[in-house]
Amino acid sequence: MIEIKDIHKSFGDNEVLKGISGIFREGVTNLIIGGSGSGKTTLLKCMIGLHQPEQGSVLYDDREFTQLNFQERIEIRKEIGMLFQGSALFDSMTVEENIMFPLNMFTEQSRSEKLDRANFCLERVNLEGKNKLFPAELSGGMKKRVGIARAIAMNPKYLFCDEPNSGLDPKTSIVIDELIKELTEEYNTTTIVVTHDMNSVMGIGDYIIFLHEGKKFWEGSNKEISKTDIAELNDFVFASRFMKAAKGKL
Amino acid sequence: MNFTNFGKYILLLKAVFRRPEKTKIYVKAIFQQMDFIGVGSLGLISIISTFIGAVMTLQIAFQLVSDLIPKTIIGSVNRDSSILELSPTISAIVLAGKIGSAISSEIGTMRVTEQIDALEIMGINAPGYLILPKILAGITMVPILVIISMVLSIGGGYLGGTLSGAISAAEYIQGITTDFNPYTIVVALTKAFVFGFIITSVPAYEGFYVKGGALEVAQASTRAVVVSCISILACDYLVTQLLL
Repeated sequence: MIEIKDIHKSFGDNEVLKGISGIFREGVTNLIIGGSGSGKTTLLKCMIGLHQPEQGSVLYDDREFTQLNFQERIEIRKEIGMLFQGSALFDSMTVEENIMFPLNMFTEQSRSEKLDRANFCLERVNLEGKNKLFPAELSGGMKKRVGIARAIAMNPKYLFCDEPNSGLDPKTSIVIDELIKELTEEYNTTTIVVTHDMNSVMGIGDYIIFLHEGKKFWEGSNKEISKTDIAELNDFVFASRFMKAAKGKL
Repeated sequence: MNFTNFGKYILLLKAVFRRPEKTKIYVKAIFQQMDFIGVGSLGLISIISTFIGAVMTLQIAFQLVSDLIPKTIIGSVNRDSSILELSPTISAIVLAGKIGSAISSEIGTMRVTEQIDALEIMGINAPGYLILPKILAGITMVPILVIISMVLSIGGGYLGGTLSGAISAAEYIQGITTDFNPYTIVVALTKAFVFGFIITSVPAYEGFYVKGGALEVAQASTRAVVVSCISILACDYLVTQLLL
């Protein structure tokens, strides 16, 4: 479980996060949603320590993260897996080397053990046999799946996904969403997905936080989201023609 | 580099020299960088050094047109100029262009494509993992390249002088072996060591703090080469002043 309390973050005079709190539980897919510039990615970066919030705290199973120094954070970071918006695969390494990288750095496993783990992770994301390809040889969806495989290589307790569907076609997006949900339930991870994709919201949003202008406007599940009367949330959820048309049926 | 940047540069270096997570992986990375910096630059350094030595001999011969000055001086001047200044400094400036821009754009691209963030999330000391092998390879391989450059520059002087008839082989060899002061080698290698550090650390700093996209990576690359060249020249003066 990850708990955030009263997170504030500014860049110069621009206050991006204005006191966000929430509890993200394990075994369910937690979503942070909101329009562009609402502060979703900044909140995610505050949670994983890429940004230092000016105020507030982030607790990983009651371990206060924001007050820890670099060395102390390493122990928690070893329990984190992260899927980046652009996948962030290491260009100079093959798919297999990318997945084995955290194992090489932090475990004393033999090469064959690491290779087995890499193959297992690749199999889990349906990319068997792609071990020797370089990131430049992969499609956008395959890169995301390799990103997920790398993220789960160390059996993380916490899985973060930043815009996992950006740049993907709808069919591949659903595959990625379902994969994230399956892994979350299978390994009981605390999964937090930052997205503005309504298909993801409706498909995998067990617990959703809606951010608007740096504030938390709403929280609930995908079953409740279409039944609120909050204007800002409705503007976001029913922005597309398709969602407007589907409104009556939800 | 203004004072803020200099402060950030020092803080980055502090992070670079933190204890490595796994020495074996760092050692492998150091050898890869030594190959890139040393072996990868050998051809360029060889061509430049040979031609500079040859041209230097011709120019010295052109300027020393006096019956009172023995021709062996041409060899001596070429030797000392090559060892003390041309080999370390010209090699360093050429390497700043070749290696510096590559380091800056490599690390800068990793920054804008979130690869550095990925390292940090994994709990890896990104400055140490990315920059330390480059610095260690730089301070090892640049002195070796400078030694090779010295030899080739003096050899190039021999070829240039004898082929053009500006000096005979015997006079040139007598010139380069007369009154040789081994301390000049110490000065040159000290310079090479300092330049090796600059050539790798300054571009790494420029790349590490890139913000934006492809345009900013290119700008950082240009800035890395400019700042490295100026730093090399400033340190060249300082080391020369201190050691000679």
